[in-house]
Amino acid sequence: MKTENSVWERLFNGIVKENPTFVLTLGMCPTLAVTTSAVNGLGMGLSTTVVLALSNLLISALRKVIPDKVRIPAFIVIIASFVTMTQLLLQGYLPDLYDALGIYIPLIVVNCIILGRAEAYASKNPVILSLFDGIGMGLGFSLALTCIGAVRELLGAGEIFGIRVMPEGYVPFSIFIMAPGAFFVLAALTAIQNKVKIAGEKKGKDMSKIQSGCGHDCLSCEKAAGCQEKTVLDGGQEKTVSNSGQGEDA
Amino acid sequence: MLSQVKDLLLLAAGSALVSNVVLSQFLGLCPFLGVSKKVETAAGMGTAVIFVITLASGVAGAIYRFLLVPLHIEYLQTIVFILVIAALVQFVEMFLKRYMKSLYEALGVYLPLITTNCAVLGVALTNVQKEYGIFTGIVNGFATAVGFTISIIILAGIREKMAYHDIPESFQGMPIVLVTAGLMAIAFCGFSGLL
Repeated sequence: MKTENSVWERLFNGIVKENPTFVLTLGMCPTLAVTTSAVNGLGMGLSTTVVLALSNLLISALRKVIPDKVRIPAFIVIIASFVTMTQLLLQGYLPDLYDALGIYIPLIVVNCIILGRAEAYASKNPVILSLFDGIGMGLGFSLALTCIGAVRELLGAGEIFGIRVMPEGYVPFSIFIMAPGAFFVLAALTAIQNKVKIAGEKKGKDMSKIQSGCGHDCLSCEKAAGCQEKTVLDGGQEKTVSNSGQGEDA
Repeated sequence: MLSQVKDLLLLAAGSALVSNVVLSQFLGLCPFLGVSKKVETAAGMGTAVIFVITLASGVAGAIYRFLLVPLHIEYLQTIVFILVIAALVQFVEMFLKRYMKSLYEALGVYLPLITTNCAVLGVALTNVQKEYGIFTGIVNGFATAVGFTISIIILAGIREKMAYHDIPESFQGMPIVLVTAGLMAIAFCGFSGLL
Protein backbone atom coordinates (compact mmCIF):
# COMPACT_ATOMS: atom_id res chain seq x y z
CA MET A 1 0.00 0.00 0.00
CA LYS A 2 2.78 2.36 0.95
CA THR A 3 4.69 1.68 -2.26
CA GLU A 4 1.55 2.16 -4.29
CA ASN A 5 1.01 5.56 -2.71
CA SER A 6 4.54 6.68 -3.38
CA VAL A 7 4.32 5.42 -6.98
CA TRP A 8 1.40 7.80 -7.59
CA GLU A 9 3.24 10.48 -5.67
CA ARG A 10 6.24 10.03 -8.01
CA LEU A 11 4.06 10.29 -11.13
CA PHE A 12 2.27 13.37 -9.82
CA ASN A 13 5.59 14.89 -8.79
CA GLY A 14 7.03 14.51 -12.28
CA ILE A 15 3.98 15.68 -14.20
CA VAL A 16 2.85 18.57 -12.02
CA LYS A 17 4.88 19.45 -8.95
CA GLU A 18 8.35 19.30 -10.46
CA ASN A 19 7.47 19.44 -14.15
CA PRO A 20 10.89 19.39 -15.79
CA THR A 21 10.07 22.06 -18.35
CA PHE A 22 7.76 24.48 -16.59
CA VAL A 23 9.05 24.23 -13.04
CA LEU A 24 12.64 23.05 -13.18
CA THR A 25 13.31 24.46 -16.69
CA LEU A 26 15.69 21.70 -17.64
CA GLY A 27 16.35 20.40 -21.13
CA MET A 28 15.64 23.59 -23.02
CA CYS A 29 17.43 22.69 -26.26
CA PRO A 30 15.02 19.97 -27.43
CA THR A 31 12.11 21.95 -25.98
CA LEU A 32 12.72 24.75 -28.43
CA ALA A 33 14.09 22.79 -31.33
CA VAL A 34 11.54 20.08 -31.99
CA THR A 35 8.29 21.73 -30.98
CA THR A 36 7.41 22.92 -34.47
CA SER A 37 4.30 20.75 -34.26
CA ALA A 38 2.39 18.89 -31.57
CA VAL A 39 3.27 15.51 -33.08
CA ASN A 40 6.99 16.22 -33.06
CA GLY A 41 6.79 17.47 -29.49
CA LEU A 42 4.93 14.34 -28.42
CA GLY A 43 7.37 12.07 -30.28
CA MET A 44 10.37 13.72 -28.68
CA GLY A 45 8.70 13.64 -25.28
CA LEU A 46 7.88 9.95 -25.50
CA SER A 47 11.37 9.03 -26.75
CA THR A 48 12.83 10.91 -23.81
CA THR A 49 10.37 9.18 -21.48
CA VAL A 50 11.52 5.75 -22.65
CA VAL A 51 15.18 6.63 -22.16
CA LEU A 52 14.50 8.28 -18.82
CA ALA A 53 12.47 5.40 -17.43
CA LEU A 54 14.89 2.69 -18.58
CA SER A 55 18.03 4.52 -17.50
CA ASN A 56 16.51 5.32 -14.11
CA LEU A 57 15.60 1.65 -13.76
CA LEU A 58 19.05 0.36 -14.61
CA ILE A 59 20.94 3.00 -12.66
CA SER A 60 18.82 2.36 -9.61
CA ALA A 61 19.37 -1.39 -9.94
CA LEU A 62 23.12 -0.86 -10.21
CA ARG A 63 23.35 1.88 -7.60
CA LYS A 64 25.17 -0.31 -5.09
CA VAL A 65 27.53 -1.73 -7.72
CA ILE A 66 28.74 1.45 -9.41
CA PRO A 67 31.62 3.01 -7.46
CA ASP A 68 30.86 6.60 -6.51
CA LYS A 69 34.00 7.94 -8.08
CA VAL A 70 33.14 6.88 -11.61
CA ARG A 71 29.38 7.17 -11.36
CA ILE A 72 28.91 10.06 -13.79
CA PRO A 73 30.80 8.39 -16.67
CA ALA A 74 28.94 5.15 -15.86
CA PHE A 75 25.58 6.96 -15.96
CA ILE A 76 26.50 8.57 -19.26
CA VAL A 77 27.36 5.23 -20.81
CA ILE A 78 24.06 3.72 -19.62
CA ILE A 79 22.06 6.69 -20.90
CA ALA A 80 23.91 6.74 -24.22
CA SER A 81 23.21 3.02 -24.71
CA PHE A 82 19.47 3.50 -24.22
CA VAL A 83 19.51 6.54 -26.49
CA THR A 84 21.21 4.51 -29.21
CA MET A 85 18.61 1.75 -28.85
CA THR A 86 15.77 4.26 -29.04
CA GLN A 87 17.36 5.83 -32.08
CA LEU A 88 17.66 2.49 -33.88
CA LEU A 89 14.07 1.55 -32.99
CA LEU A 90 12.72 4.87 -34.26
CA GLN A 91 14.77 4.55 -37.43
CA GLY A 92 13.36 1.09 -37.99
CA TYR A 93 9.70 1.55 -37.07
CA LEU A 94 8.91 5.27 -37.24
CA PRO A 95 11.12 6.62 -40.02
CA ASP A 96 8.98 9.76 -40.48
CA LEU A 97 9.42 10.81 -36.87
CA TYR A 98 13.09 9.86 -37.06
CA ASP A 99 13.58 12.22 -39.98
CA ALA A 100 11.63 15.01 -38.31
CA LEU A 101 13.59 14.84 -35.06
CA GLY A 102 16.92 14.24 -36.77
CA ILE A 103 19.98 15.09 -34.75
CA TYR A 104 17.96 15.82 -31.61
CA ILE A 105 17.46 12.09 -30.95
CA PRO A 106 21.13 11.33 -30.23
CA LEU A 107 21.26 14.63 -28.36
CA ILE A 108 18.87 13.19 -25.76
CA VAL A 109 22.13 12.02 -24.16
CA VAL A 110 23.03 15.55 -23.11
CA ASN A 111 19.53 16.40 -21.94
CA CYS A 112 20.03 17.69 -18.38
CA ILE A 113 16.80 16.03 -17.20
CA ILE A 114 18.10 12.50 -17.63
CA LEU A 115 21.45 12.88 -15.93
CA GLY A 116 19.80 15.14 -13.38
CA ARG A 117 17.24 12.48 -12.39
CA ALA A 118 19.89 9.77 -12.38
CA GLU A 119 22.01 11.78 -10.01
CA ALA A 120 19.29 13.30 -7.88
CA TYR A 121 16.89 10.36 -7.61
CA ALA A 122 17.73 7.02 -9.20
CA SER A 123 21.17 6.70 -7.63
CA LYS A 124 19.66 6.90 -4.15
CA ASN A 125 16.26 5.21 -4.37
CA PRO A 126 14.80 1.73 -4.93
CA VAL A 127 14.14 0.35 -8.42
CA ILE A 128 10.33 0.61 -8.68
CA LEU A 129 10.18 4.15 -7.38
CA SER A 130 13.00 5.21 -9.70
CA LEU A 131 11.21 3.67 -12.68
CA PHE A 132 8.06 5.62 -11.87
CA ASP A 133 10.04 8.75 -11.18
CA GLY A 134 11.45 8.42 -14.69
CA ILE A 135 8.02 7.78 -16.20
CA GLY A 136 6.51 10.72 -14.29
CA MET A 137 9.26 13.12 -15.30
CA GLY A 138 9.11 11.87 -18.86
CA LEU A 139 5.33 12.33 -19.07
CA GLY A 140 5.69 15.81 -17.60
CA PHE A 141 8.26 16.60 -20.27
CA SER A 142 6.05 15.10 -23.02
CA LEU A 143 3.08 17.11 -21.79
CA ALA A 144 5.08 20.33 -21.85
CA LEU A 145 6.52 19.66 -25.31
CA THR A 146 3.11 18.73 -26.70
CA CYS A 147 1.59 21.92 -25.30
CA ILE A 148 4.33 24.14 -26.70
CA GLY A 149 4.16 22.25 -29.99
CA ALA A 150 0.37 22.64 -30.13
CA VAL A 151 0.56 26.39 -29.48
CA ARG A 152 3.20 26.86 -32.16
CA GLU A 153 1.37 24.65 -34.65
CA LEU A 154 -1.94 26.42 -33.95
CA LEU A 155 -0.52 29.90 -34.46
CA GLY A 156 1.98 29.00 -37.14
CA ALA A 157 -0.09 26.66 -39.30
CA GLY A 158 -3.64 26.86 -37.95
CA GLU A 159 -3.64 23.15 -37.13
CA ILE A 160 -3.27 20.88 -34.13
CA PHE A 161 -1.94 17.35 -34.67
CA GLY A 162 -2.28 18.06 -38.38
CA ILE A 163 -6.04 18.72 -38.13
CA ARG A 164 -7.23 22.10 -39.29
CA VAL A 165 -8.89 23.96 -36.42
CA MET A 166 -8.65 27.60 -37.42
CA PRO A 167 -11.38 29.01 -39.72
CA GLU A 168 -10.85 29.10 -43.46
CA GLY A 169 -9.80 32.75 -43.59
CA TYR A 170 -7.07 32.43 -40.97
CA VAL A 171 -3.67 33.51 -42.23
CA PRO A 172 -1.04 31.60 -40.23
CA PHE A 173 1.85 33.46 -38.58
CA SER A 174 4.43 31.19 -40.10
CA ILE A 175 7.08 32.78 -37.89
CA PHE A 176 5.81 30.63 -35.01
CA ILE A 177 6.96 27.44 -36.63
CA MET A 178 10.28 29.02 -37.52
CA ALA A 179 13.16 29.45 -35.07
CA PRO A 180 12.25 32.89 -33.65
CA GLY A 181 8.76 31.69 -32.73
CA ALA A 182 10.22 29.15 -30.33
CA PHE A 183 11.93 31.90 -28.38
CA PHE A 184 8.77 34.02 -28.30
CA VAL A 185 6.53 31.18 -27.11
CA LEU A 186 8.99 30.23 -24.40
CA ALA A 187 9.38 33.90 -23.41
CA ALA A 188 5.62 34.20 -23.02
CA LEU A 189 5.46 31.00 -20.99
CA THR A 190 8.23 32.04 -18.59
CA ALA A 191 6.63 35.48 -18.28
CA ILE A 192 3.33 33.86 -17.26
CA GLN A 193 5.24 31.69 -14.82
CA ASN A 194 6.96 34.78 -13.38
CA LYS A 195 3.58 36.44 -13.01
CA VAL A 196 2.24 33.46 -11.06
CA LYS A 197 5.36 33.42 -8.94
CA ILE A 198 5.17 37.14 -8.15
CA ALA A 199 1.47 36.86 -7.33
CA GLY A 200 2.22 33.91 -5.06
CA GLU A 201 5.01 35.71 -3.28
CA LYS A 202 2.73 38.64 -2.58
CA LYS A 203 0.39 36.26 -0.81
CA GLY A 204 3.34 35.04 1.20
CA LYS A 205 3.66 31.57 -0.29
CA ASP A 206 7.02 29.89 -0.66
CA MET A 207 7.74 29.95 -4.37
CA SER A 208 11.45 29.26 -4.19
CA LYS A 209 10.94 25.92 -5.88
CA ILE A 210 9.87 27.50 -9.14
CA GLN A 211 12.91 28.67 -11.00
CA SER A 212 12.83 30.87 -14.01
CA GLY A 213 15.30 29.73 -16.57
CA CYS A 214 18.08 27.18 -16.25
CA GLY A 215 20.13 29.92 -17.83
CA HIS A 216 20.58 31.97 -14.68
CA ASP A 217 23.83 30.51 -13.57
CA CYS A 218 24.94 27.07 -14.52
CA LEU A 219 27.61 27.10 -11.82
CA SER A 220 25.09 27.25 -9.02
CA CYS A 221 22.47 25.11 -10.73
CA GLU A 222 22.31 22.13 -8.40
CA LYS A 223 19.45 20.39 -10.08
CA ALA A 224 21.33 19.79 -13.29
CA ALA A 225 23.85 17.25 -12.17
CA GLY A 226 25.21 17.35 -15.68
CA CYS A 227 26.70 20.74 -14.98
CA GLN A 228 28.77 19.26 -12.18
CA GLU A 229 30.32 16.66 -14.34
CA LYS A 230 33.73 18.21 -14.10
CA THR A 231 33.62 18.55 -10.35
CA VAL A 232 32.84 14.89 -10.16
CA LEU A 233 35.49 13.71 -12.58
CA ASP A 234 38.03 16.02 -11.04
CA GLY A 235 37.35 16.22 -7.34
CA GLY A 236 35.40 13.01 -7.01
CA GLN A 237 36.61 12.41 -3.48
CA GLU A 238 34.99 15.35 -1.75
CA LYS A 239 31.73 15.10 -3.65
CA THR A 240 31.52 11.39 -3.06
CA VAL A 241 31.64 11.84 0.68
CA SER A 242 28.89 14.44 0.82
CA ASN A 243 26.72 12.57 -1.62
CA SER A 244 26.86 9.11 -0.14
CA GLY A 245 25.95 10.70 3.17
CA GLN A 246 22.86 12.15 1.59
CA GLY A 247 22.00 8.87 -0.03
CA GLU A 248 21.77 7.03 3.25
CA ASP A 249 19.56 9.70 4.75
CA ALA A 250 17.13 9.45 1.89
CA MET B 1 41.82 23.48 -55.59
CA LEU B 2 40.20 26.89 -55.87
CA SER B 3 36.74 25.43 -56.01
CA GLN B 4 37.48 23.37 -52.89
CA VAL B 5 38.49 26.50 -51.01
CA LYS B 6 35.34 28.19 -52.24
CA ASP B 7 33.22 25.26 -51.05
CA LEU B 8 34.82 25.37 -47.63
CA LEU B 9 34.25 29.11 -47.33
CA LEU B 10 30.62 28.71 -48.30
CA LEU B 11 30.24 25.90 -45.78
CA ALA B 12 31.83 28.08 -43.10
CA ALA B 13 29.55 31.04 -43.85
CA GLY B 14 26.57 28.71 -43.82
CA SER B 15 27.42 27.17 -40.45
CA ALA B 16 28.36 30.45 -38.80
CA LEU B 17 25.59 32.72 -40.03
CA VAL B 18 22.79 31.06 -42.01
CA SER B 19 22.12 28.06 -39.80
CA ASN B 20 23.49 29.66 -36.66
CA VAL B 21 24.01 27.03 -33.99
CA VAL B 22 22.09 28.83 -31.25
CA LEU B 23 19.55 30.93 -33.08
CA SER B 24 18.35 28.41 -35.63
CA GLN B 25 19.49 25.02 -34.30
CA PHE B 26 18.93 25.67 -30.58
CA LEU B 27 22.14 23.97 -29.52
CA GLY B 28 24.13 25.36 -26.61
CA LEU B 29 21.25 27.39 -25.19
CA CYS B 30 22.36 26.98 -21.58
CA PRO B 31 25.62 28.92 -21.89
CA PHE B 32 23.97 31.27 -24.40
CA LEU B 33 21.41 32.34 -21.82
CA GLY B 34 23.55 31.76 -18.75
CA VAL B 35 26.90 33.39 -19.49
CA SER B 36 25.72 36.39 -21.48
CA LYS B 37 25.40 39.04 -18.79
CA LYS B 38 28.68 40.76 -19.67
CA VAL B 39 30.45 41.10 -23.01
CA GLU B 40 33.75 40.17 -21.41
CA THR B 41 32.62 36.83 -20.01
CA ALA B 42 30.66 36.12 -23.17
CA ALA B 43 33.82 36.60 -25.20
CA GLY B 44 35.72 34.30 -22.84
CA MET B 45 33.06 31.62 -23.17
CA GLY B 46 33.04 32.06 -26.93
CA THR B 47 36.80 31.61 -27.18
CA ALA B 48 36.70 28.50 -25.04
CA VAL B 49 33.89 27.10 -27.19
CA ILE B 50 35.79 27.78 -30.42
CA PHE B 51 38.83 26.04 -28.97
CA VAL B 52 36.99 22.96 -27.73
CA ILE B 53 34.61 22.49 -30.68
CA THR B 54 37.38 22.77 -33.26
CA LEU B 55 39.47 20.24 -31.37
CA ALA B 56 36.53 17.94 -30.63
CA SER B 57 35.29 17.84 -34.21
CA GLY B 58 38.80 16.88 -35.34
CA VAL B 59 39.22 14.16 -32.72
CA ALA B 60 35.68 12.80 -33.11
CA GLY B 61 36.03 12.79 -36.89
CA ALA B 62 39.32 10.90 -36.71
CA ILE B 63 37.94 8.33 -34.27
CA TYR B 64 34.89 7.78 -36.44
CA ARG B 65 36.95 7.40 -39.60
CA PHE B 66 39.77 5.24 -38.26
CA LEU B 67 38.15 3.29 -35.45
CA LEU B 68 34.37 3.00 -35.79
CA VAL B 69 34.12 2.59 -39.57
CA PRO B 70 36.81 -0.12 -39.95
CA LEU B 71 35.30 -2.07 -37.05
CA HIS B 72 31.74 -1.59 -38.39
CA ILE B 73 30.47 -0.23 -35.10
CA GLU B 74 29.18 3.11 -36.36
CA TYR B 75 26.07 2.72 -34.24
CA LEU B 76 28.19 3.29 -31.14
CA GLN B 77 28.93 6.85 -32.27
CA THR B 78 26.79 8.58 -29.64
CA ILE B 79 28.40 6.73 -26.74
CA VAL B 80 31.91 7.10 -28.10
CA PHE B 81 31.54 10.79 -28.93
CA ILE B 82 30.16 11.84 -25.57
CA LEU B 83 32.93 10.01 -23.73
CA VAL B 84 35.59 11.40 -26.06
CA ILE B 85 34.29 14.93 -25.54
CA ALA B 86 34.19 14.59 -21.75
CA ALA B 87 37.71 13.19 -21.69
CA LEU B 88 38.94 15.79 -24.17
CA VAL B 89 37.67 18.72 -22.13
CA GLN B 90 39.30 17.26 -19.06
CA PHE B 91 42.54 16.74 -20.93
CA VAL B 92 42.54 20.23 -22.45
CA GLU B 93 42.06 21.68 -19.01
CA MET B 94 44.97 19.75 -17.52
CA PHE B 95 47.16 20.60 -20.49
CA LEU B 96 46.42 24.31 -20.29
CA LYS B 97 46.92 24.33 -16.53
CA ARG B 98 50.34 22.76 -16.94
CA TYR B 99 51.74 24.45 -20.02
CA MET B 100 49.76 27.59 -20.79
CA LYS B 101 49.04 29.29 -17.52
CA SER B 102 47.81 32.56 -19.00
CA LEU B 103 45.37 30.90 -21.38
CA TYR B 104 44.18 28.66 -18.56
CA GLU B 105 43.46 31.66 -16.37
CA ALA B 106 41.44 33.21 -19.17
CA LEU B 107 39.44 30.13 -20.16
CA GLY B 108 39.65 27.94 -17.04
CA VAL B 109 36.23 28.74 -15.59
CA TYR B 110 34.44 28.11 -18.85
CA LEU B 111 35.95 24.78 -19.76
CA PRO B 112 34.02 22.57 -17.32
CA LEU B 113 30.77 24.16 -18.49
CA ILE B 114 31.48 23.15 -22.06
CA THR B 115 31.16 19.41 -21.55
CA THR B 116 27.45 19.89 -21.11
CA ASN B 117 27.20 22.23 -24.07
CA CYS B 118 25.19 20.16 -26.50
CA ALA B 119 26.67 22.12 -29.40
CA VAL B 120 29.91 20.11 -29.09
CA LEU B 121 28.18 16.76 -29.46
CA GLY B 122 25.81 18.29 -32.00
CA VAL B 123 28.64 19.35 -34.30
CA ALA B 124 30.38 15.98 -34.02
CA LEU B 125 27.15 14.19 -34.96
CA THR B 126 26.31 16.60 -37.78
CA ASN B 127 29.74 16.06 -39.29
CA VAL B 128 29.11 12.33 -39.38
CA GLN B 129 25.54 12.64 -40.62
CA LYS B 130 26.50 14.93 -43.47
CA GLU B 131 29.48 12.68 -44.27
CA TYR B 132 32.07 15.44 -44.02
CA GLY B 133 35.73 14.46 -44.17
CA ILE B 134 37.93 15.15 -41.19
CA PHE B 135 39.24 18.48 -42.47
CA THR B 136 35.82 19.67 -43.66
CA GLY B 137 34.51 18.63 -40.27
CA ILE B 138 37.09 20.76 -38.50
CA VAL B 139 36.19 23.74 -40.68
CA ASN B 140 32.50 23.17 -39.98
CA GLY B 141 33.18 22.90 -36.25
CA PHE B 142 35.26 26.06 -36.21
CA ALA B 143 32.64 28.02 -38.17
CA THR B 144 29.82 26.76 -35.96
CA ALA B 145 31.72 27.85 -32.87
CA VAL B 146 32.43 31.25 -34.41
CA GLY B 147 28.69 31.58 -35.03
CA PHE B 148 28.07 30.76 -31.37
CA THR B 149 30.60 33.38 -30.28
CA ILE B 150 29.11 36.05 -32.54
CA SER B 151 25.61 35.51 -31.22
CA ILE B 152 26.58 35.26 -27.54
CA ILE B 153 28.62 38.49 -27.76
CA ILE B 154 25.77 40.34 -29.49
CA LEU B 155 23.31 39.12 -26.85
CA ALA B 156 25.67 40.15 -24.04
CA GLY B 157 26.03 43.62 -25.59
CA ILE B 158 22.26 44.02 -25.75
CA ARG B 159 21.83 42.73 -22.20
CA GLU B 160 24.40 45.22 -20.87
CA LYS B 161 22.36 48.07 -22.38
CA MET B 162 19.09 46.50 -21.29
CA ALA B 163 20.12 46.62 -17.63
CA TYR B 164 19.24 50.33 -17.61
CA HIS B 165 15.78 49.88 -19.04
CA ASP B 166 12.44 49.69 -17.35
CA ILE B 167 11.09 46.23 -18.13
CA PRO B 168 7.60 45.04 -17.10
CA GLU B 169 7.79 43.09 -13.88
CA SER B 170 6.81 39.71 -15.22
CA PHE B 171 9.20 40.01 -18.18
CA GLN B 172 12.24 40.71 -16.03
CA GLY B 173 15.00 38.12 -16.12
CA MET B 174 14.68 35.23 -18.52
CA PRO B 175 11.58 36.23 -20.56
CA ILE B 176 13.06 39.47 -21.89
CA VAL B 177 16.29 37.67 -22.75
CA LEU B 178 14.28 35.11 -24.72
CA VAL B 179 12.40 37.87 -26.54
CA THR B 180 15.76 39.45 -27.39
CA ALA B 181 17.04 36.10 -28.63
CA GLY B 182 13.90 35.74 -30.75
CA LEU B 183 14.45 39.14 -32.35
CA MET B 184 18.07 38.21 -33.01
CA ALA B 185 16.86 34.99 -34.60
CA ILE B 186 14.64 37.01 -36.94
CA ALA B 187 17.63 39.16 -37.84
CA PHE B 188 19.72 36.06 -38.53
CA CYS B 189 16.95 34.71 -40.79
CA GLY B 190 18.00 37.52 -43.10
CA PHE B 191 21.26 35.70 -43.75
CA SER B 192 19.43 32.87 -45.46
CA GLY B 193 19.52 34.87 -48.70
CA LEU B 194 23.30 34.87 -48.49
CA LEU B 195 23.95 31.46 -50.01
